[in-house]
Amino acid sequence: MRQFRSMVYPYLIWCSIMVVLPMLLILLYAFTGEGNDVTSFRFTFANFIRFFQDAVFLDVLKRSLVIAIWTTIICVLLGYPIAYVIASGKEKSKMFWILLITLPTWINMLVRTYAWMGILQDEGLLNRVLGFFGIGPFHMMHTTFAVVLGMVYNFIPFMILQIHASLAKMDKSLLEAAQDLGANSVQSFMRVTLPLSLPGVLSGITLVFLPAVSSFFIPKLLGGGQYVLIGNVIETQFLTSGDWNFGSAISMIMAVIIMLSMYLTRKVDTDPAANGRRRS
Amino acid sequence: MGKKRGRIFSKILLGITMLFFYLPILYIILFSFNSSRSLTKFEGFSLRWYEKMFSSNTMMEAVLYTVVIAVIATVISTIVGTLAAIGLSRSRRVLRNVVEQVNDLPIMNPEIVTAIGLLMFFSALGISKGFTTLLLAHIMFCTPYVILSVTPKLRSLDPNLVDAALDLGATPIQALMKVVVPQIMPGIVSGALIAFTMSFDDFIISYFVTGNGVNNISILVYTMSKRINPSINALSTLVIGLITVALIMMNIIPVIKEKRRKKQV
Repeated sequence: MRQFRSMVYPYLIWCSIMVVLPMLLILLYAFTGEGNDVTSFRFTFANFIRFFQDAVFLDVLKRSLVIAIWTTIICVLLGYPIAYVIASGKEKSKMFWILLITLPTWINMLVRTYAWMGILQDEGLLNRVLGFFGIGPFHMMHTTFAVVLGMVYNFIPFMILQIHASLAKMDKSLLEAAQDLGANSVQSFMRVTLPLSLPGVLSGITLVFLPAVSSFFIPKLLGGGQYVLIGNVIETQFLTSGDWNFGSAISMIMAVIIMLSMYLTRKVDTDPAANGRRRS
Repeated sequence: MGKKRGRIFSKILLGITMLFFYLPILYIILFSFNSSRSLTKFEGFSLRWYEKMFSSNTMMEAVLYTVVIAVIATVISTIVGTLAAIGLSRSRRVLRNVVEQVNDLPIMNPEIVTAIGLLMFFSALGISKGFTTLLLAHIMFCTPYVILSVTPKLRSLDPNLVDAALDLGATPIQALMKVVVPQIMPGIVSGALIAFTMSFDDFIISYFVTGNGVNNISILVYTMSKRINPSINALSTLVIGLITVALIMMNIIPVIKEKRRKKQV
């Protein structure tokens, strides 16, 4: 069975060059100053200090986190009932709904975000529908509402699919057992279904939080030019002002935040399972 | 009583969800046939934005680049990914863990981080931004998905089959092509489809690594959407149509194959 072993080496070389090297470059640029060449690296924390001493950048970071957290919370609150309703249907209808939820995710995100621009405008579809009921009109384009809506729209399928997967895996006889033992539907949901679907919720949270915190075209399209999130700052550093060192430092800060949040969700993920095992 | 109410509730919930998902898509398709420039008022049916799109060089070039890059990137990443996955399934555990970790990097990393890494990498090598960098980047981020979709199929493959083929006098390449590849074909096909749609739809990485006027559809939509331009609606409708056809084929082909197999039996 060793015949094909060597086939992995070309890919290993390709990966080291195309995946690992660029990551090392980000590290290198983040910790060096401008204008160094290959022979003289001067390591410095200046880029990081600049970021954390500037109130403007800290504001942007805070806003990005707040928006990503809101997006994640809304995705959980809306995604859970949707996934629950789908998972409690019949096998055939389950497949049908899951297909309908998956389909839009294959269509270009940019196109789908752009589509909201017409709906959210002052004389747009949403305001006209609201006006029909005598509400509004509201100014929605270029607001936090529009940005969060765009993010929820783009990322909620990931949440629904993750929660649905963990609900579908659940052993239904557990619910029957709970009911036989006298639990009402609320109790059996809170003490059986919810804990068992928690892993799905948590992996959904990572899948939503990660793109939400780093997104830069949703704020640009729906939030307008003035609406700056951390992704937009990185974009500007690389494509407009050309300060790659500072840009690398910012993206490292973002990556650390994302890794931390993933570490935290994983930690929460293992805790209830451990508790459950201990109890039984 | 409670059950009935629950069923109505779930129908309403799913209805609203579908409206939320599909309304923007239908909206953009509808307004691509609008006779006026407005994005909010439909004033009559016309194909003028499609005419404008097909006569626009930048738009047609972007479509061409998108398709060409997606096809080449899919072919290369499918071959490279499949071979790597087969090699990986035979490798020692340490090596396999290392490669799997590295393979996960482009999937787990925020796209913008991958994008700036590649941008600096290409410029450090002195490769000028354009078609080559775009293609290399697409191959780089498509291959991990091929590996991810081929690997599970390899796990369920009986390792004795290859040995049997070799004992019966097949060369390793014959054993690979006639025994291994046919068995993992479903994984290869779904990997190729994922690679194609990933490449076809990519915006963030493409946006950072391209240059010299080489644009794909997403980049064009991004740069043009700053001002109202209804030809974007036409272009978007074209993209939605293409992907929908690809998805329908993806879902129908296995069904047809299944039917044919049943007929043969």
